[in-house]
Amino acid sequence: MKRTPPLFDTVRGALFPALIGALMAGPSLAQTPAEAPPTPATATPAAPTQAQTFTLSNGMTLIVRPDRRAPTVAHMLWVRVGAMDEVDGTSGVAHALEHLMFKGTPDLQAGEFSRRVAALGGRENAFTSRDATAYHQQVPASQLEAVMRLEADRFAHARWSDEEFQREIEVIKEERRQRIEEAPRARMFEALSAMVFQASPYRRPIIGWMSDIEAMTPQDARDFYQRWYSPANAAVVIAGDVDVAQVRALAETLYGSLPASAVPPRKPREEPPQVGPRRLEYRAATEQAMVVQAWKTPRWTGGDDAANQDALALTVLAAVLDGYSGARLERALVQGLGTGGRRIADSAGASYGLMGRGPQLFTLSAVPAKGVSAERAAAALRDEVTRIAREGVTQAELQRVKTQWTAGEIYKLDSVFNQAQELGSYWINGMDVNASARLMNQLRGVTAQQVRSVAQRYFHDEQLTTAVLVPDPGRREPAAPRPAGPRPALTRH
Amino acid sequence: MPHLRPPLIRPGLITACLLVLNALLPAHAAIPIEHWTHASGARVYLVPSPSIPMLDVQLNFDGGSRRDPARQAGLASATAGMLSAGVLAHAGQPALDENQLSEAWVDLGAQFGAQVGGDRFSVSLRSLTEPELLERAVALAARQLAAPAWTSSVWRRDRERMLAALLEAETRPGTLANRAFSRAVYGTHPYGQEAKAETLNAIEVADMRRFYRRHVVACRAQVSLVGAIDRARADRIVGQLMAAVAPHGCEALPTVAEVAPLTAAVEQRLPFDAAQAQVLIGQPGVARNDPDFFPLFVGNYILGGGGFVSRLTTEVREKRGLSYSVYSYFAPGLHAGAFQLGLTTRPDQADQAIGVAREVVRAFVEQGPTEAELQAAKDYLVNGFALRIDNNRKLLDNVSNIAWHGLPLDYLDTWTEQVQRVGVADIRRAFARVLQPDRMVTVTVGAKP
Repeated sequence: MKRTPPLFDTVRGALFPALIGALMAGPSLAQTPAEAPPTPATATPAAPTQAQTFTLSNGMTLIVRPDRRAPTVAHMLWVRVGAMDEVDGTSGVAHALEHLMFKGTPDLQAGEFSRRVAALGGRENAFTSRDATAYHQQVPASQLEAVMRLEADRFAHARWSDEEFQREIEVIKEERRQRIEEAPRARMFEALSAMVFQASPYRRPIIGWMSDIEAMTPQDARDFYQRWYSPANAAVVIAGDVDVAQVRALAETLYGSLPASAVPPRKPREEPPQVGPRRLEYRAATEQAMVVQAWKTPRWTGGDDAANQDALALTVLAAVLDGYSGARLERALVQGLGTGGRRIADSAGASYGLMGRGPQLFTLSAVPAKGVSAERAAAALRDEVTRIAREGVTQAELQRVKTQWTAGEIYKLDSVFNQAQELGSYWINGMDVNASARLMNQLRGVTAQQVRSVAQRYFHDEQLTTAVLVPDPGRREPAAPRPAGPRPALTRH
Repeated sequence: MPHLRPPLIRPGLITACLLVLNALLPAHAAIPIEHWTHASGARVYLVPSPSIPMLDVQLNFDGGSRRDPARQAGLASATAGMLSAGVLAHAGQPALDENQLSEAWVDLGAQFGAQVGGDRFSVSLRSLTEPELLERAVALAARQLAAPAWTSSVWRRDRERMLAALLEAETRPGTLANRAFSRAVYGTHPYGQEAKAETLNAIEVADMRRFYRRHVVACRAQVSLVGAIDRARADRIVGQLMAAVAPHGCEALPTVAEVAPLTAAVEQRLPFDAAQAQVLIGQPGVARNDPDFFPLFVGNYILGGGGFVSRLTTEVREKRGLSYSVYSYFAPGLHAGAFQLGLTTRPDQADQAIGVAREVVRAFVEQGPTEAELQAAKDYLVNGFALRIDNNRKLLDNVSNIAWHGLPLDYLDTWTEQVQRVGVADIRRAFARVLQPDRMVTVTVGAKP
């Protein structure tokens, strides 16, 4: 039933984790973690088996996680190429290619891929993020071989006519209108990314600038496909009701036999240090303002060095600020408990990128309450970090967020699709199948002192970029497409 | 028919057993729903699913938004939201404010909350089944059900936020389109009521308290449980939760009127300077107990429900590139929820897209699907049935649905048979009876000629 007004979904929860997640490409902590749940007495041994990784003879990676609870399987093909691998002028080509991959092969008519998967009883889709492109199906376990066959064919032999391309470009322009042009906050986030990053390709929107989409040629997409869809640059991830040895043999036959090719070298395009605050205003026909503050922070790469330690502590910091209903930001800004009952914001959030192929941010954001300026809301957000820098966090808070993650480790086992998604995300970031367990163990070890320390060290003006969405009710939507941008992976459908 | 593996058998063996079972008895591979009536009157539906040490519980009550008084549209939702805004001191336990309550849940690693749909007021609990944790989670849930605080200062604050969000939503063409569509399709029926500033301002916590006591009652409760527990444990949990609401009694509820059919086509074009026009087309559909549920369900998969392979997607998106998303669905509830077709497109293409979409619907209602289309739909639905029940969350949704609509306990076991039985003529007949393409609502926001 779609009748409930959507705003009620948010009454007691954070208003926009999704939106904040918008800025982050990597899995946010909510989805992240791990492994080896404690097994209470009630559990029968069907508990998930460890995921295993294999390298096929052409260099393609295979990751298999058996989970035989139900006779279904999630099959994903991940390519380590996303919007960040594009260059100026052809932004959006990774995503356009993802759409075009449904247009057939020499053995398969346009649209036939989807019809075949549907006939098997399968659900399918694909998505593009800054870091990756992934194609996925969920099918009855007995149909795994059939979708592997289809996906292997498409990976190596996709093709599209110029006419198909033109029609799909029109679809993608509609997608951009729907996701971005008609969503002022998304446009603001697009503008924020373009400001916070200068050299890093993360500055461009995943879906691409409208003029780049319009100017894209069928050959742009073909070139990108030829360049990046190499077996050595891809991983097949399978979770569900499978036998590892059988799947491995099948994958070797269907995927491992595809011709090998070299993965092109990647230029670093490192983001230079930011040496002063940046600020932008984005005016749009909205009622509510919004303010976002983004700081450049290290990311988690699985190592043990100081930067990785900080990444773990920043993860805890985000959770203590905004990990649950009534956490610090909500209490202080939305409930007004930190300001003598004066409400500062209608919603407030914190988010940290943690992982990604490119540079990561820690963001604080708020929708100012009526009559409160964006500046006041921004200051109140920072005050909460400053308070932690000064006073630290309590043991109870620390324990609380760890308890929440530990329980989440068990709940996440309910979905094999999510398991596949998580394994794929770690692979994209160059990490192995134990990364999730390692992350969880390391998070459990984070101390209150570490959290206080990152709160003291990372939130200076010099590294800060602020974006303010300014309500300008007289302004209508720009007639021509304008810059803007969200960060959740784009799904094809 | 595939289903969740029975417990206590080594996984390796089950595959073989199941395959044999599937081959021999396609219709009888039971999904073991245990059903009984608890002493409180609550009807209980349990699916034991032991492999993950977790439990999901959903309580459903006849307290959805269809029960909102017109002048207080939004009351059910507000009540659901405020259920988590703290508890009073109760049965020797101290009061907890909203934050202490939230912390208590997080400290248990458990989740609790209420949601509202058109028909149902639902309360959900998710907990690990480690005995001490589960015990404490159930006790906290019972405490919360028994003594919600209904703090008026919290409600005033949340209402402010809702009013602000409402104003924001009203700047979006999608909101305006949905609102106009609902009004036109449902008329004065409560399915079409939407919260507005004046209805939210008419709600006070005393109204919530009354609404809650009247609707959240054991005698009409349905409790669905999926997880690593047995029947005895489930019954004790239900007992604890129902004891909490037993003092509410069992006041009879009035009948809610049915949705009136449309008497004429309605065309609304709302001007909006938007980057994309919003188009909604539809009419009242059917209630869930409609005898043609399966022909309509299968037919709509072909028409506009089937992802990339539906007729609407093929004609509007794949062949003409007019839209990124185009869909149709029925929303059958206790009453005739809408049949709705939606798409978004560049403003100057709206009329073309509407023309294509209407023609697709008209032709489908007139001629029904082809045999090949029907076969493709059955292949998808039947072969993919296992994907509808392959985790606890999906099972819980299914079981709650069975309970709510009084479907037979073997509903999931016979589901694929029901799909298989649908013929082209059934779909044609059902669509011709239910849909009137010449008498639909068409709402367009932001179209330009």
